[in-house]
Amino acid sequence: MTWLSACSAVIFGLNQPMASINQNRYPNLLPNFRNLGVMLRLIVIVFGMTIFGAALKSANWVDMHDQWLSISALAQPMLILSLLLLGLADRWLHRLDYPLAVAVIVAVELGIASLVVIATWSVITPGTPGLVRTGFFTAVATLLVLAYFNLRSRMLSPALTEARLQALQARIRPHFLFNSINAVLSLVRSEPRRAETALEDLADLFRVLMADNRDLVPLEREVELCRQYLGLETLRLGDRLRVQWQVDKMPADALVPPLLLQPLLENAVYHGIEPSMEPGVISIQISSDRDRMQMLLSNPFRETGSHHSGNKMALANIRERLSLHFDAEASLQTRTSDGHYEVRITLPYVREKA
Amino acid sequence: MSKHPQSLRVVITDDEAPARSRIKDLLEDCAGSFPLELAGEAASGRELLALLEETPADVVILDIRMPEMDGLEVAQHMLKLPEPPSVIFTTAYSDHALKAFELHAVDYLLKPIRLRRLHDALTRVRAITPLRFDVLQQITPDARTHLSVQERGKVVLIPVPEILYLRAELKYVTIRTVLREFLLEEPLSKLEQEFGDQFVRIHRSCLVAKAQIAGFEREGGGDGEARWVVTLAGLDEKLPVSRRQQHIVKELGRTVL
Repeated sequence: MTWLSACSAVIFGLNQPMASINQNRYPNLLPNFRNLGVMLRLIVIVFGMTIFGAALKSANWVDMHDQWLSISALAQPMLILSLLLLGLADRWLHRLDYPLAVAVIVAVELGIASLVVIATWSVITPGTPGLVRTGFFTAVATLLVLAYFNLRSRMLSPALTEARLQALQARIRPHFLFNSINAVLSLVRSEPRRAETALEDLADLFRVLMADNRDLVPLEREVELCRQYLGLETLRLGDRLRVQWQVDKMPADALVPPLLLQPLLENAVYHGIEPSMEPGVISIQISSDRDRMQMLLSNPFRETGSHHSGNKMALANIRERLSLHFDAEASLQTRTSDGHYEVRITLPYVREKA
Repeated sequence: MSKHPQSLRVVITDDEAPARSRIKDLLEDCAGSFPLELAGEAASGRELLALLEETPADVVILDIRMPEMDGLEVAQHMLKLPEPPSVIFTTAYSDHALKAFELHAVDYLLKPIRLRRLHDALTRVRAITPLRFDVLQQITPDARTHLSVQERGKVVLIPVPEILYLRAELKYVTIRTVLREFLLEEPLSKLEQEFGDQFVRIHRSCLVAKAQIAGFEREGGGDGEARWVVTLAGLDEKLPVSRRQQHIVKELGRTVL
């Protein structure tokens, strides 16, 4: 193997050392071209490259400005066309093998480059780069950008990070498990049927908690899990826990990270309901418009002071998973206002691919 | 459950109803092998203290994590009773805090509670050394939410946020609220350690609640020397600041006023 092919193998993962760990041979090394975060990154990178190119070619500041303008005159239309075409072809590209997809993208970029150069031939003043040079730079730039996204996706999702995320996910508060079992035990003699249901719910909950939670799940299933969880908590907290669901307009088929809401509800119970003898309301609102979803969770805010670390950990974990799955398109915000603690999640409305 | 003259009178305290009913079931199972009697149930520390005023008990099965006032604090208030019952704590946690329990031979049961464990705990309950106030204080890291005093055989709870100041007298500490005074048998220095972030020492013998300070005034002393006094919210009383503690006027003056 030559040095070059060794390099390209490392950068583009042509021979996958991780194939035995990852189930699909080529994990998400190709960016999602429809993702806002990816688009923003592309724009910033291309902008940076034009400035860099201008700086290399010019002797002084004034000259650099001119150079930058003439490079941009080519680069900007190319960028816009690329974003458009790659966005349209995104699904199709992701179905290809990674090396083939890379080759296709480079070819597309070369096509766009020649198109733009030919189209602007008459407009641009002499001294602008010719077809061959432009093509060469385009190919190099495309490969660099793809290498960047490849490295980034490896950095974000190697086996180690996933293991850590899963470990965090599994960190359901042990006191919930033991208190629930205790509550179920109290039902065994007096209300055996309720005890049965409760144990089944507990089993479902732990099945999800211990599952491989890398893939997105339908929102419907997450909501069902939350209902089971809250049912168990009602068992022991009785009237103190009141729940308001506003999910009639919820897109049941939307895909969300598993355990997106349950840990937040667990926090709500722990910090908002348990510290008081008075009844408290936890409310869950889920709504969507065409391509975005909003979730709003609210619980009574009770200043207890001492134990907030669990809360922060759950929030950080969910934020991390949201950004892994949706990059800049999802957000999680919290706020406290007149006695209520609110968590607001915004994320794209993604459906199962047909 | 049999009403035997020497039967053990048990009170259950837990904020979760199923947890109480579970212990009740288990007590019924125990009642077969030795005499005991369920003296009552309480859903909070406050309820427990009210219950114990009317109904004497030998042992309280007390949950540690409860709203308002945790079990460890309730146990401290219970010691003000003329004849405090023994305590068996229950908890769903098995964390480091339990090491302290073992160190001081404080009895506890892990939830879910096993019949045999409960049985053993109840059997030896008369033999174990009674809880000590200082031990409980050592075990719990948090400041109490209430102070308590004994009045005519009853335990009176005073919520800490209602306290204006604490003043050391000869043998007692006076607790002052807007409505009245209470006499507490605890050293002021210990109180200062426990409530250091809510109260400030303005004098060798006086701690004032920071939240209750309305302001500071300069007042001419009898010998012509001026001194600082603290004015309070809701009470027309001025508390002198000692020469040594003058610096608190500067420190708090900024945040309070």
